Amino acid sequence: MTAENQNVEKLMRGEYRHGFVTDIESDTVAPGLNEDVVRLISVKKNEPQFMLDWRLKAYRRWTEMQEPQWAHLQYPPIDYQAISYYSAPKSKANAPKSLAEVDPKLLETYEKLGVPLHERAKLAGVAVDAVFDSVSVATTFRNKLAEAGVIFCPFSEAVQQHPELVEKYLGSVVPYSDNFFATLNSAVFSDGSFVFVPSGVRCPMELSTYFRINAANTGQFERTLIIAEEGAYVSYLEGCTAPMRDENQLHAAVVELVALENAQIKYSTVQNWYPGDERGVGGIYNFVTKRGDCRGANSRISWTQVETGSAITWKYPSVLLKGDNSIGEFYSVAVANHYQQADTGTKMIHIGRNTKSTIVSKGISAGHGQNSYRGLVKVLAGAENARNYTQCDSLLMSGLCGAHTFPYMEVKNPTAKVEHEATTSKISDDQLFYCRSRGIDTEDAVNMIVSGFCKDVFKELPMEFAVEAQRLLAVTLEGAVG
Amino acid sequence: MLSIKNLHARVEGREILKGLDLEVKAGEVHAIMGPNGSGKSTLVHILAGRDGYEVTAGSVTYLGMDLLSMPPEERARAGVFLAFQYPVEIPGVNNVYLLKAAYNAIRKQRGEPQMDAMDFLTVVKAKMQFMGIDPSFLNRAVNEGFSGGEKKRNEILQMLVLEPRLALLDETDSGLDIDALKIVAQGINKLRSPEHAMVMVTHYQRLLDYVQPDVVHVLADGRIIKSGDKQLALELERRGYDWVLAEAAA
Repeated sequence: MTAENQNVEKLMRGEYRHGFVTDIESDTVAPGLNEDVVRLISVKKNEPQFMLDWRLKAYRRWTEMQEPQWAHLQYPPIDYQAISYYSAPKSKANAPKSLAEVDPKLLETYEKLGVPLHERAKLAGVAVDAVFDSVSVATTFRNKLAEAGVIFCPFSEAVQQHPELVEKYLGSVVPYSDNFFATLNSAVFSDGSFVFVPSGVRCPMELSTYFRINAANTGQFERTLIIAEEGAYVSYLEGCTAPMRDENQLHAAVVELVALENAQIKYSTVQNWYPGDERGVGGIYNFVTKRGDCRGANSRISWTQVETGSAITWKYPSVLLKGDNSIGEFYSVAVANHYQQADTGTKMIHIGRNTKSTIVSKGISAGHGQNSYRGLVKVLAGAENARNYTQCDSLLMSGLCGAHTFPYMEVKNPTAKVEHEATTSKISDDQLFYCRSRGIDTEDAVNMIVSGFCKDVFKELPMEFAVEAQRLLAVTLEGAVG
Repeated sequence: MLSIKNLHARVEGREILKGLDLEVKAGEVHAIMGPNGSGKSTLVHILAGRDGYEVTAGSVTYLGMDLLSMPPEERARAGVFLAFQYPVEIPGVNNVYLLKAAYNAIRKQRGEPQMDAMDFLTVVKAKMQFMGIDPSFLNRAVNEGFSGGEKKRNEILQMLVLEPRLALLDETDSGLDIDALKIVAQGINKLRSPEHAMVMVTHYQRLLDYVQPDVVHVLADGRIIKSGDKQLALELERRGYDWVLAEAAA
């Protein structure tokens, strides 16, 4: 190994910058899962009968399911009975009406994460629905959105105030029986975000939610539902970081997107859950089901994700291209450093005619990280003239890491065109030396080269998010340069 | 400015430089010629600080500093520049972005304020025009998809923007057609001044038709075996290296 490669190795040892625990008492139910716990969650949230019925159906189904084993991931068995399925900040009873009423410690936590809620919201014109553990504690810009007819609220609130919308759309993209983790989520999900953009409305601002895991041994089961009616447009940003701790924490979220005729949904994620330490101890297990449904003609759904965190990532944001001429897009940067394992990709299911999909996946492996791209492009018999372009690039930053590609294609219509390109490259001594010989130090050079590699994805992110993503990537791959 | 004394160096255990001496004064242009495998590229790579070379004896002093103890980026910031024989492609990284980062890193070292993007663009555009570089260069990634000639012109453009005190040119003339060669030579000549020095590694006399060297050296088997003025290059062109090697062996 050359000295420069050793430098790269050293850079990769950057430690998680967001590792701290906020000292807030939690109202947590005892560990374990049974029908009573599901009922308790529903009661705590004062839910209507249809919600309880749906949760119970999911729970019963889940008890008959097996955890999937097909991913290129290795982790010790998860004891689902050792997890507590509900936790809420104690101040819940008198929920804050404004930011001034929010627990200052919570705000401090966001400050440490570089998310000064009030300032940020004002400066960037972003409405933030902050989720702390399982209960939402602050929502801003609600009035401005309400004027436009946009509903943006915690999921639990939507259940109370707009039950008809929840009943109509919940589970319509990811059914309660979909897969082991989504089914578990359906039974026990605590909260999340709900967005409804009515016909013809362009949402006047980017919507953003910051998720954060805090209570020990508390699985996080978020549920997000976004509906864009005919001709509506919405851009939603999701970002998250978690405090450092040793126990592995399970996270099994579900996101459902529904785009009706001529509607467009842009969903961007910067994910930075605690990845475990240098030796692979601790870290979040992230088993997420994200799916968008292009239900109407000419609709469009784009997923953009920057995944730098989690010990285990199992995530395949997908698009069902049902409407004729609908478009699905997936742009992804996934980093696996230290002992992180990422098995991520997408599914593009072409059902309607003239449907198009684009997949751009950039995987970065460093340390002992294992990064797998897993993607399915499926063209059904009726999908005349379907088009797919897939580009799948891997960047290796050490000799010990791994990059794997599992592209699946099922094409049942002869008019379809499906293209796949894949590259694997190693960050080279030549590139590093070239930059250094121009006066740029190793750390900046690595950041520059990695950012260049990810450029096609970053440019899909909203501007301020792109800057944040770039910074996050730098922090993730940074160490003390000696 | 540059003083190399008794330099010995190995690559993968094999000795390539075997007691090389070289003195370069400010304002001088030196050409280093010699048969393939004589250690020419090794020399400039060692001077620029590339990894993979083991210096076993000797010293290199640059402006009074121990050059070999400095990492490559510090050498660059102190005014050493290497024009690569095979410039590297960096996909997704914009040419101007890299150059601006380099420029500001060097200014920072000198205690000068950082230049903003707009001012920097003005500087670069003027030099691009001088080097006959297409404006589309501004939107392209570092050397990505460049022809051989474009890559070499980009190296010289970088050199003109960064204005190094000591420029090392590693076979900058190789692979250039005559028009490109003239433009590259014009760029090199532009940097010539009493403050700047250059060491050019070349196989051919033709570059020296356009860039007149003050001193010509023959490097063979890891040592400089003969030095002279530009007439020496002409003689090498006519007679090859055998007579110099024979003379040295005698």
